[in-house]
This record gives sequence, structure tokens and C-alpha cells, in this order.
Amino acid sequence: MKKSKWFALASVTSAVLAFTTACGGGAQQGGENGGEQLSGNVVVDGSSTVYPIVEAAAEAYAGEQPDVKVSVGLSGTGGGFEKFTKGETDFSNASRPIKEEEKKAAEQNGIQFEEFKVAFDGLSVLINKDNDWVDYLTVDELKKIFTSGAVNGDDKVKWSDIRPEWPNEEIKLFSPGHDSGTFDYFDEVILDGQPLNKTAQLSEDDNVLVQGIAGDKNALGYFGFAYYIENKDKLKAVPIDGGNGPVEPTHETIQSGKYAPLSRPLFTYVNVQSLKEKAQVYDFAKFLLENGAEFVEEVGYVALPEEQYQEQLKKLEGLK
Amino acid sequence: MGKLIDKQRVVQHMNGRLLRNNVLKFLFFLATLFGLIVLVVLLYRIFTQAIGWLNIDFLNNFPSRRPENAGIKAGLVGSLWLMVIVAPVSLILGVGTAIYLEEYAKKNRFTDFIQTNISNLAGVPSIVFGLLGLTLFVRELNLGRSILAAGLTMSLLVLPVIVVAAQEALRAVPNQLREASYGMGATKWQTIYRIVLPAAIPGILTGSILALSRAIGETAPLVVLGIPTFLAYLPRGILDTFTVMPMQIYNWTSRPQADFQHVAAAGIVVLLVVLIFMNSIAIFIRNKFQKRY
Repeated sequence: MKKSKWFALASVTSAVLAFTTACGGGAQQGGENGGEQLSGNVVVDGSSTVYPIVEAAAEAYAGEQPDVKVSVGLSGTGGGFEKFTKGETDFSNASRPIKEEEKKAAEQNGIQFEEFKVAFDGLSVLINKDNDWVDYLTVDELKKIFTSGAVNGDDKVKWSDIRPEWPNEEIKLFSPGHDSGTFDYFDEVILDGQPLNKTAQLSEDDNVLVQGIAGDKNALGYFGFAYYIENKDKLKAVPIDGGNGPVEPTHETIQSGKYAPLSRPLFTYVNVQSLKEKAQVYDFAKFLLENGAEFVEEVGYVALPEEQYQEQLKKLEGLK
Repeated sequence: MGKLIDKQRVVQHMNGRLLRNNVLKFLFFLATLFGLIVLVVLLYRIFTQAIGWLNIDFLNNFPSRRPENAGIKAGLVGSLWLMVIVAPVSLILGVGTAIYLEEYAKKNRFTDFIQTNISNLAGVPSIVFGLLGLTLFVRELNLGRSILAAGLTMSLLVLPVIVVAAQEALRAVPNQLREASYGMGATKWQTIYRIVLPAAIPGILTGSILALSRAIGETAPLVVLGIPTFLAYLPRGILDTFTVMPMQIYNWTSRPQADFQHVAAAGIVVLLVVLIFMNSIAIFIRNKFQKRY
């Protein structure tokens, strides 16, 4: 009886063990195709904004080179660079260019890197479908609405405070939470470091924002272009005037840079030493740039113009 | 016979006391109901969302950019691998610490100091353990982003809970049992091994399974360690990289395509099933060996 107690305790752990090894035995599917078969690891980490693009590439790449183990993490742009500049990762995804202090850290650790643009991301400013008065907003108006205390020192902003002909009703604001890269981006280009309007409803979950804006006639919010494309039928995008007349967020205006300042490039940084020493890292970088446009569009971002991918491929070849 | 008991006053008093009793009973029932209702709503939402998405393919596929191809295989296997490290390491260290503190340690300031620290550690945010794991296991010990490094980090995270639970369980073993054992000429270790531990196992298991359930559901420390989310291969050993179910779920819930919400729900169902499976093993063992003193 006493023995069986120990047996039972041991069985808790061994049951787990047995199950894992049983599952772990799953055979790797072998996909033969032309060209040399590479193997080894490719370690990617960084921005969660860029993650879906590289995930798509890694998934497709597994079909071409089944023995190369690509892992993609999402510790955020900053968290990614922290590891990248210590030489722990081969690629670091970023939703902003590398900062000076991160460059210095890389230098100190003897890490050489190269920057590649993979896609464009646009922020869309959105209103309710039934909102028929807002035809466009200027960057200054956006700033006025979203900055705390910018109108009469009060956080309660009415449409009529922005343009007198608009309704005398309070604007309901929606914004991504402070931890998101989207907020960082908005903070940088619109808020300019000023505190966000306190009446704004915050959510880390963009689907909550979609529902909030879709459910309130006086709503105004912003989030990534990808979410707008997915919810086009529920919301209306506001054209933004950055000084050269109102521009609507579309693939074309984001790609050409006309939709300023609310579109930004997304990057991945590559460790040059890895490129030179590990054939699989070079091959994956090449694969990413060659097929980038397709993956980018599939996961909801805006691809670069084709010639920019070609230019970057040349740059990559030069690094080998 | 004079009136020793004033019936009127008794009734008056009793009514008030009964009323108070009923009000409190109702309040406590409400407290129970609140948790239950929230749980039912949550389960209902998740199951209705997961229906149609939870199938063999979902269990057999790796993460994917297309919701219909996305699967939890890498996460499921990774989570179980993680338990292979966390369960033995945290149980051995946790129960060992508890035995030392309860059975061997003298009651002095040093022991009090350890005790206070363990209780405080139980309240430290999990992300702090992630930073500790990153510096100590991933970098100093050079274990990389392996199952071993993550397992040790998670073990540290749940250790305080196991220690405290095991201590409570050991303390609940009546002293007469120990004294009877000494009386029969048993040594301290024999007493602990043959008398105290078997009696304490149900309690220890209850606490441990709660702790392990927490370890299998944690995301934050693993994100800090840099554990990847996308993998198209399974780990072959404890030094391989891996991913876990909660990280998959976290990723899916933050994707723009509405279909990923269904994939996330299906992932949550799988995670719940694994949790219930783990819990039922513990409950089974507990019921089998429970003795009341």
C-alpha cells in the first residue's frame, strides 16, 4: 500500500513524460525539391507588428527547406533589439528604425547588422458608418482632439469645438493601449509626447476598438491599417490632411508615402555575421525578400513597390 | 413553577438571529454564484466560438498565417515538455524545502527569515522571474531558449506556492503519529518517509497541481526569455527550443482576421482539457489516499 503511493506520485510525472515522447516522435515531412538542402537554425525575434509577415514567410519556407528550423518570437521591437545586439538572434523585427543606444550596444558587442524594409503599415483613423459630417481631418485637428486638455482645458471635446458646423455632441474616443506599438507610433507623430485625452477608451484588443467605434455614432478612433481592411464593412476611414490636402488610407497612398504622416515602414534587421557564416540565414533572408510582397499582402499590410524588394535583394547579395 | 424562561423574549431574540443567519447565508451564496456565473459565461463563449475549429487537424498542425491551417501541435507538445521539467524540479525542491522547514529546522530568526521570504516570493510578478531566468539560465548558464531554461524559470516561479502548500500539509499531520513512530524506535528520516509524507501527500498534491496549472498557463516570463511563437518543428530533447500553448493563444487573439478568434478559442479549449486532465489525476490520487485523523 505504501509503495503504491509512491508509485502513484511517480505516475503523475511519468504519464506526462510518456505522452510527450509519444507526441515528439512525429516524423518530419520530407519535401524534396531542386537546389541544395540546407539545415540549421534561424532565430527571429522582435516586433509583434512584423511577426505575422515573418511567420508567413517561415511557414512557407518550411515547405522549401524542411530541415531548416526557423523560430519566430514576438518580444517586441525593444525586447528584440536587446537580444539582437547581444548576438543571440539572427533577425530582429522592428516597427521603428534602430535607436542610437541600440546601435551603440551592437557596436560594443561587435555585432554588425543590416536594415531591410519589409512592408508598410498604415494607421487608419476611423469613424462610425452613420457619421456623415466628417469629410476629413487635418493632423492639427487630430492632435487637438486626442491631446488631453487641448480644447478649453477640458478633456470633453465636442465635434463643434473642432469645426463650428459639426454637431454639438461629445466625441467618444477610442485608442489602442499604452503598451501597443500602434499607440507609440500615434504618440510620436500626432500627440508629440503630450498626454492622451483621458476620456479615450483604451484597449489592447483592437477588436474591442472596432466594436466600440461601430456601435457609437460619435466615435472616433485609430488602429492599424490591417484591422481596417478586415472590418471595412463596419467602419469608415477618415482621410487625413498632413499639409498637402486630404488623403485616404489605401494601398496606393500608403505605398507611395502620400498618406503621411500616418504610414510607416516595417523593418527586419539581419546580423551580418550570421548572413556570412550560416547559409540558411542568407537563404531565408533571400526567401523573405523574394516573396515578401505576397506574404505582406496576405497578412494585411502594404507591400513595398517591387523595385524596392529588388534593390534590397541586390544589397543582400553584396553582403554574402 | 415561576417563569424561568420568557418565551416572548426568546422568540424575539431568535427571530433576529435567524434573520441574520439567513442574510449571511444568502450573501455567501451570492459570492459563490458570482464566480460560477462568470465561469459559465466564459465557457459558453469559448465553446461556441471553438465549435467547428476544434478538430484533429487543429491538434496536428503547426502555427500558420491562415486561420484554417493554424494548429496547436507545437504548443501542446511544448507545454507538455515544459511540464517534464517543471513537475519533477519544482516538486522535489518544493517538498524538500517544506520538509526541512517543518521537520528539521530549528525555530529561530534565520528560519523566520526564510519563511518570510518564501511567502513574499509567492507574490512577485511572474515577469520578474522571467528577467531572472533570462539572466541566470539563458545567459549565465548558457542554456539558450531551451525547454530546460524555461522549465527551471517556471519551477522557480511556482516553487513558493508548492513550499507553502506542502508546509501546510505537513503541519496538518497530527503529532501523535510522529511520536508513536519515535516510540517504536524509528529514526527521524524513517518517520518522515514512512509516516509523515504518506499522510501529507493528498495535501501536497492539491497545492502542487494548482502550482503546475499556473505554470502551464503562464505567458509573460516566457516572452521575456524570448521563447519563440512560431515553430514548424517539434523539440527532440530538453535543450531544444519550443513554444507553449498560452503563447499561441496570446498571438491568435491579437490577430486582425476575425477567424483567428475562433482559432484562439479552440486553443483555449485544448488548454482547458489539459488542465482538467492534470487536475483529475491529482484528485484521483488524493481521493485514493485520503485519510482523516
